[in-house]
Amino acid sequence: MDGLDALMLARIQFAFTISFHIIFPALTIGLASYLAVLEAIWLKTGQRVYLDLFQFWLKPFAVAFGMGVVSGLVMAYQFGTNWSEFSRFAGGVTGPLLAYEVLTAFFLEAGFLGVMLFGMQRVGPGLHFFATLMVALGTLLSATWILASNSWMQTPQGHEILDGRVVPVDWLRVIFNPSFPYRLVHMVAAAFLATALMVAAGAAWHLLRGRDNPPVRLMLSMALWMTLVAAPVQAVVGDLHGLNTAKHQPAKLAAMEGHWENTPGEGVPLILFGLPDMEAEATRYAVAIPRLGSLILTHSLDGQFPGLKEFPKEDRPPSPIVFWSFRIMVGLGLLMIALALWGNALRRGGRVYASRPFLKFALAMGPAGLLAILAGWITTEVGRQPWLIYGVMRTAEGVSAHGAAQVGFTLALFVLVYALVFGAGTLYLLRIIRRGPAVDESLHSREGGPGRMRQGMRPMSGASDDEDDSPASAATGA
Amino acid sequence: MGVGIDLPLVWAVIILFSVMMYVVMDGFDLGIGILFPFFRTKEDRDVMMNTVAPVWDGNETWLVMGGAGLFVAFPLAYAVVLSAFYLPLVLMLVGLVFRGVAFEFRFKAREHRRWIWDRAFAGGSYAATFFQGVTLGGFLEGVPVRDGAYAGSPFAWLAPFPLFVGLGLVATYALLGGTWLVIKTEGPLHRRMRAVSRILAWVLLAFIAAVSLWTPLSQPAVAERWFSLPNLFWFAPVPVLVVLVTLYLQRELHSPGTHALPFVLTLALVFLGYSGLGISLWPNVIPPDISIWEAAGPPQALGFTLVGALLIIPMILGYTALGYWVFRGKVRAGEGYHG
Repeated sequence: MDGLDALMLARIQFAFTISFHIIFPALTIGLASYLAVLEAIWLKTGQRVYLDLFQFWLKPFAVAFGMGVVSGLVMAYQFGTNWSEFSRFAGGVTGPLLAYEVLTAFFLEAGFLGVMLFGMQRVGPGLHFFATLMVALGTLLSATWILASNSWMQTPQGHEILDGRVVPVDWLRVIFNPSFPYRLVHMVAAAFLATALMVAAGAAWHLLRGRDNPPVRLMLSMALWMTLVAAPVQAVVGDLHGLNTAKHQPAKLAAMEGHWENTPGEGVPLILFGLPDMEAEATRYAVAIPRLGSLILTHSLDGQFPGLKEFPKEDRPPSPIVFWSFRIMVGLGLLMIALALWGNALRRGGRVYASRPFLKFALAMGPAGLLAILAGWITTEVGRQPWLIYGVMRTAEGVSAHGAAQVGFTLALFVLVYALVFGAGTLYLLRIIRRGPAVDESLHSREGGPGRMRQGMRPMSGASDDEDDSPASAATGA
Repeated sequence: MGVGIDLPLVWAVIILFSVMMYVVMDGFDLGIGILFPFFRTKEDRDVMMNTVAPVWDGNETWLVMGGAGLFVAFPLAYAVVLSAFYLPLVLMLVGLVFRGVAFEFRFKAREHRRWIWDRAFAGGSYAATFFQGVTLGGFLEGVPVRDGAYAGSPFAWLAPFPLFVGLGLVATYALLGGTWLVIKTEGPLHRRMRAVSRILAWVLLAFIAAVSLWTPLSQPAVAERWFSLPNLFWFAPVPVLVVLVTLYLQRELHSPGTHALPFVLTLALVFLGYSGLGISLWPNVIPPDISIWEAAGPPQALGFTLVGALLIIPMILGYTALGYWVFRGKVRAGEGYHG
């Protein structure tokens, strides 16, 4: 690759726009389910504090949803504008999967989001809860379609290639391709974890400033239970996902492990740290534990899996990137488990709400879930290289024939616009969380819903009615 | 194919319907942004935005629907057209992003910063509309294809005809926005909207006439299509109807009793223009010569997705109609739904 050619710029553009985008759906998936749980407990127990938290987290949910829609609109066009050869070739499979995602999302937005955001006083608690459940289900369905499409690109099956394009033959096999179940569960668990960590960090921020009230305590407590369950489960799911990768995408796995070649009759060590060098075909400065790689990936002490040298040079993913992105993800995951164990150990006597070192740790871990999601996606997407559709189409074959100047111009434009718009949106989100849930938050909630003036019906208008929350002032740094 | 249903035809109808819905519905709310610079007081602007605030994002969903439909049914067209109009489409998206967030942020901004979001709203509306029109104009001029990929220059759209169509679309959406506001406003603002709409209606007629002359003159293929029999019989009523509808619209804009009719007549104009484009292009999905059947994706893909589309599109239509019904009536100053 000679510097920044059009292909590289198109890849950077996709990575940039999708990385910005994925943050918001991840929060939406996690928050929608969290809201459904809060409302369910409120309906069952009648305890006001659950409704308080529901009303409070509805606002960040609304902002995240709106940001997800706006950044998703751009994604819908990226395939055609920047990856037209891929769209023409694989549109038969990826087109319908994306279209179903759009249809699902519209159905959810059109039917239930308005009721969920503004209909509490208008439709009664039972129907309102149904709307919340449908929205939560809708976010999960959207994720299912998108991950089916991505997983098919990772482990394609159920199709034929006729007249130079992909033709779906068996939709069940296309959708339920080998990596799909693992990727779906891994991503949904990651969304739940990322949300729980953000909620915990919000609570920690308030507790550290002496704002100790029942909703804030409940936030921290629920988030820690979620992390205690989800973080270890995620480790197991991740391990299974890794075994699946070993079977179907061995080159990706070798690159993740910085594993170049096997010594006959000997187990593969686990390289903890090192610098994979694609030219020298070795991982330099490796700190390794003998046989542990075999144990983890083959569940035996002397099992072997292919090293990178067994693949032609042009078929090797860039090991330095995926080696490190994988370790960042795993490292953050281990920190999440530590946070959950520490926090839950401090529960006795309520010390968890007062321990400053713990609260500082929880605050620092606020963005960890989102960072782990980005690191994980970098691992799986860069690890698929040089393939766009694994074993079927190379990335270089899928790109549109634009000049570097054009792609560079639009990339710069997207960076500028995203920094402005999503920067303002993110600051806005943080301001809402910084305001924190009040006791009896639910008594101050605004009545609303289609049919009345003076209220919103759409995502971001659910967020704030407070002039001081102005995103314009956030954008200009006031 | 042996299925009995002409899937590419069904999908072409779905996509044409989605694009029509988009032009009609997002047209009038983009039009409000276009009219923004001509109405300078905060009160007028608040009212103007509030007339579409509850519905605008539902309107934009049709754009995504059209795009997704194109990807499913005609992947070749999706690939070729989107890469041919790379720059105008990206600029259109950027315009829509700014406009979308301005809707939300303007009402929450402090007094001295509102101008930022006012400009984002108007500028975004102009950019989105103009570059949509540029894309349409470039599309009408034809998109050269070689080996299944776009074979033209990246700046082919930077030509007199596409730029002219871009301006024409700005006038079209402005008139849609103006007549929409005739329905939704009252008092001095209402009267000014009538006056603005009268001017815009003449401007639009001039644009339609110019595009109608320019298209066959610059493109022999279209000329042949228009002026050959029996097409001429189908096509001849269109310009006559355009003139009649414009005259009727002028009259109604003068008569103070009617409120909804000018908007309906503008919709009729838009529909006539749209059908004129349809006659010029049908059945090609990539002009000048790639038909919907040649560009269609595999039948397994079209059939699979049709099930979901036929299930969900009617529900979206029903909900949309309900939303407009609920928010019917005039919007008064100080009565913003944002409160």
